[in-house]
Amino acid sequence: MTVIGTPLKRKEDPKLLTGEGKYVDDIHAVGELWMGMVRSTMAHATIDGVDTSAAAGMPGVHAVYTGAQLMDMGLWAAPLPCAWPVTPDMVNPPHYPVATGEVHHVGEIIAVVLADTRARAADAAEQVEVSYGPLPAVASIAEARTDGAKAHSELASNKSYTWALVPDPAALDAAFAAATHHVTAEFTQQRLIPVPMEPRGVLAVPGVAGGDVTIYSSSQVPHFLKILLAATTGISESKIRAVAPAVGGGFGAKLNINPDESLALVLANKLGRPVRWTETRSEAAFSTHQGRGQLQRIELAADADGKLLGVRVHLDADMGAYMMLVTPGVPLLGSFLYTGVYDVPAFGFTCDGWFTNMTPTDAYRGAGRPEASYAIERAMDILAGKVGVGPDEIRRRNYLAGGEKFENLAVPSTLVFDSGHYGPSLDLALDKAGYGDLRAEQARRRAAGDSKQLGIGLCTYVEICGLAPSRALGGLGFGSGGWEHAVVRLLPTGKAEVVSGSTPHGQGHETSWSMIVADKLGIDPADVTVLHSDTAISPLGLDTYGSRSLAVGGVAISMACDKVIDKARLIAAHQMEANPEDLEFAEGAFTVKGSPDKTMPIQAIAFGAFLAHNLPDGMEPNLQEQMTFDPSNFAFPFGTHVAVVEVDETTGQVDLLRYVAVDDCGNQINPLIVEGQIHGGIVQGVAQALWEDAAWDADGNLRNPSLLDYLVPSAAEMPSFETAFTVTPSPANPLGVKGVGEAGTIGSAAAVINAVCDALSPHGITDIEMPATPRRVWKAIQEAKQ
Amino acid sequence: MIPASFDYVEAASAEAAIAALTEHGDEAKLMAGGHSLIPLMRFRLATPAVVVDISRLSGLSYVRDGGDHLAIGALTRHCDVETSDMVRSQAGLLAHVAGQVGDPQVRHRGTIGGSLAHGDPASDLPAALLALGGSVVARGPGGERVIPAAELFTGFLETALAPDELLTEVRVPKVPDARWSFQKFNRRAQDWAIVGVAACGNGAGTGVALINMGQTPMVAAAVQSALASGASAADAAARAAEGTEPPDDLNGDAEYRTHLAQVLVGRALAEMA
Repeated sequence: MTVIGTPLKRKEDPKLLTGEGKYVDDIHAVGELWMGMVRSTMAHATIDGVDTSAAAGMPGVHAVYTGAQLMDMGLWAAPLPCAWPVTPDMVNPPHYPVATGEVHHVGEIIAVVLADTRARAADAAEQVEVSYGPLPAVASIAEARTDGAKAHSELASNKSYTWALVPDPAALDAAFAAATHHVTAEFTQQRLIPVPMEPRGVLAVPGVAGGDVTIYSSSQVPHFLKILLAATTGISESKIRAVAPAVGGGFGAKLNINPDESLALVLANKLGRPVRWTETRSEAAFSTHQGRGQLQRIELAADADGKLLGVRVHLDADMGAYMMLVTPGVPLLGSFLYTGVYDVPAFGFTCDGWFTNMTPTDAYRGAGRPEASYAIERAMDILAGKVGVGPDEIRRRNYLAGGEKFENLAVPSTLVFDSGHYGPSLDLALDKAGYGDLRAEQARRRAAGDSKQLGIGLCTYVEICGLAPSRALGGLGFGSGGWEHAVVRLLPTGKAEVVSGSTPHGQGHETSWSMIVADKLGIDPADVTVLHSDTAISPLGLDTYGSRSLAVGGVAISMACDKVIDKARLIAAHQMEANPEDLEFAEGAFTVKGSPDKTMPIQAIAFGAFLAHNLPDGMEPNLQEQMTFDPSNFAFPFGTHVAVVEVDETTGQVDLLRYVAVDDCGNQINPLIVEGQIHGGIVQGVAQALWEDAAWDADGNLRNPSLLDYLVPSAAEMPSFETAFTVTPSPANPLGVKGVGEAGTIGSAAAVINAVCDALSPHGITDIEMPATPRRVWKAIQEAKQ
Repeated sequence: MIPASFDYVEAASAEAAIAALTEHGDEAKLMAGGHSLIPLMRFRLATPAVVVDISRLSGLSYVRDGGDHLAIGALTRHCDVETSDMVRSQAGLLAHVAGQVGDPQVRHRGTIGGSLAHGDPASDLPAALLALGGSVVARGPGGERVIPAAELFTGFLETALAPDELLTEVRVPKVPDARWSFQKFNRRAQDWAIVGVAACGNGAGTGVALINMGQTPMVAAAVQSALASGASAADAAARAAEGTEPPDDLNGDAEYRTHLAQVLVGRALAEMA
């Protein structure tokens, strides 16, 4: 049966589209109490007093706890976790769920109200009076670097760490000394607010007996949640069950262990009552981590022909007020990609992580990799201008392996790229875009002095996903392995059940996993049930992030299926009195070679394994196998994107006219899901390029915490995407798959800004900071004219 | 966000709504489509003690021929104004602008009276009413009065309506022969305008109004007087920002808004020429 590679409609969707999906906020427990958070209105201040008396007397209020009271109750064994101490000397001030003594960002929790309704919790939280002693706030990376004001009063410096990857410093210096062309460019990766359609929420329910607590959370990582809440609260891991029910998007924002989750757990455990909270959209702007937040400096050294000799990068990365789960590691995930798809003999990368008085940063779709792709792809366009060749030509001259197909190629950032084939990706993208015609139209408008100018932007990206070989993560100091676990069992009724440790939050795992199992076992995808996202059902798992689910979790399922087939073969051979090696498995049945009438379907074998009346000597009953897959390498998807923009020079408005995306994620399980991931990914990158920007003022206040002012684009702003795919299988796993969840985002911001700069190049403009707002573009044109 | 506690009164008639306003005074707010009031309540920027819901007063949803003008019930939804044949043929600008408000969901809930009574300088419909030289009917305990659009908007989110008055009807002159233009500049389709221009003219004169160029929806008085005295469209457009106080926010400062007002008035006049 060939199911893999077909555009099967998603199993999940009928339920989700008809309102039958159960999200955390839809789940209720008898006697539940709502948390209402009292949040800091100051970016940096001492807490001089917290008066809870008025709130405590309000109707329906069960209790009000300040940070100091909660600490006195001894509810925590350790602060909230940071699982990625990137250097041994990384500074990591303790971060408890509720502030005591000093607050470090607007929105930090100062006290918690427990009330019988959500509205009463909100009313009472508003009545808690906090006295602040204002302290100077650090509200930008530039300010953090001066160390004039301290984000944390007790720290000697705002710097948390310096991380370096400079494999051969002498070679790097020599490359820059020998170069004909030098590019030095600085880019700002603005902070972004992740906006999953479902905000975060949590419900912690104590068991009716046994001292256990079930925590329902809108989380990408219930397995991490269980382990790390146990480690930081002292509650036994065996007593915590973490469940991620229907989760409406995450984009990295739900890849964390949050103050609210820890509070709900410890208070439910302490009080013996269910405790819940759902963030409002505006609350999410402060209470959920933000993405990006980097100042980048990239230098290129190239010979007279524009052939790269070296790339040198320095980042200043905004950690925000605290280290969350993987905050310090996000820039490192990008560090290996600053040479992009290019053959670069010498490379060096350094990063300083800085504390500021803003909401912590952490993973956001692409996590470090969109930033890297942006920097190298923007810099390549600037290099093309210096060399005097087109953006397509500068790329062709520098592609790894000369643009030819390669496997297992070592690059100077110390990684081995699994496979790539960049030349045809560019060819196809340019062909689909009609590149020659676009350039002719651009020339015509320029000659005519048209007020609306055309810009064409290219980006050939590569990304690193399929996280990850556990040893490689160990080498980076990441506090987890990178394996994934799967169980595949054939039930007595002949249906299949899969238990997966990866945790979907919109990606369609149930469909993709069903397709893999159906293809492998020769059964109908409708006969496969996928169980996931509940640590009581799926105790082993490392969840979903970093485009890892298919390349690790999907492969684990595939390999577990192989084991099931191996065992079924032994049973079939035993029962048909044939040699196992004389059996062929196809279309869901074993057949004796040369005797097509002697056949046994896998459903019959499953029932026989359940009965166990007639199994080979010593064989365990039941047809169930498990697999923990630890990949041998990362996966490196790639692609070429072409953005076509129209810039209205009179107003500065940028209109995205066309978007061509050619992507290569290796073999595809479900092309419909691949297409959907590419579409969403593109929008998120275009959003950074043209619309989104978390605007913090000098005092550390967020000026646009609601969707009135934080501009998430809609379908109305997007052209119909023109997509195509090349297929270069990964040699690193038996399915030949890579990953696609973040690819669109990694390619699109650079393509769009390259297009905007291309349109503006006759003015001598070489860069526009993101987002390229109408005002920003108009002012750049005005300044260029002066 | 979670609104503060409030009492809810469902008005069975316009008279009942006025009675509730008379009883509760400043403590009460009328709710029609709810698209302006509810966001303010959710942010707790508005905390009315009583919300008087008039959304079920179906008698106030209509488009009628009033002789020299069109009479549009205050509770007429934007989508009904947009698709009304009578509005399209007699006051094309208004039908077009109603179709540019927010997004389809907003246009199926929001009402023309609610939008005008809110008096938001960034809203589209007040500018259309100003450009058309329309008026509104206010009904209070003492009866009805007609307020010209030019006198309706008195301050930021403030109007000439008294606390006990209900806006019941919108009147716009019938201008089947008019040329008109609506220029809305924004970053996303569903957003309020960063700057907008509504213009409508025929042999009797040209009305030009500005969106988001000050504390209130406003007439572009300098443009109108330049046009009346025979100035060219370009010269008139250059005066677009005279007498305005453009706001400074994340989407634009005064300099940029001044430039946009000039560009958009120029485009509007060019489109009408």
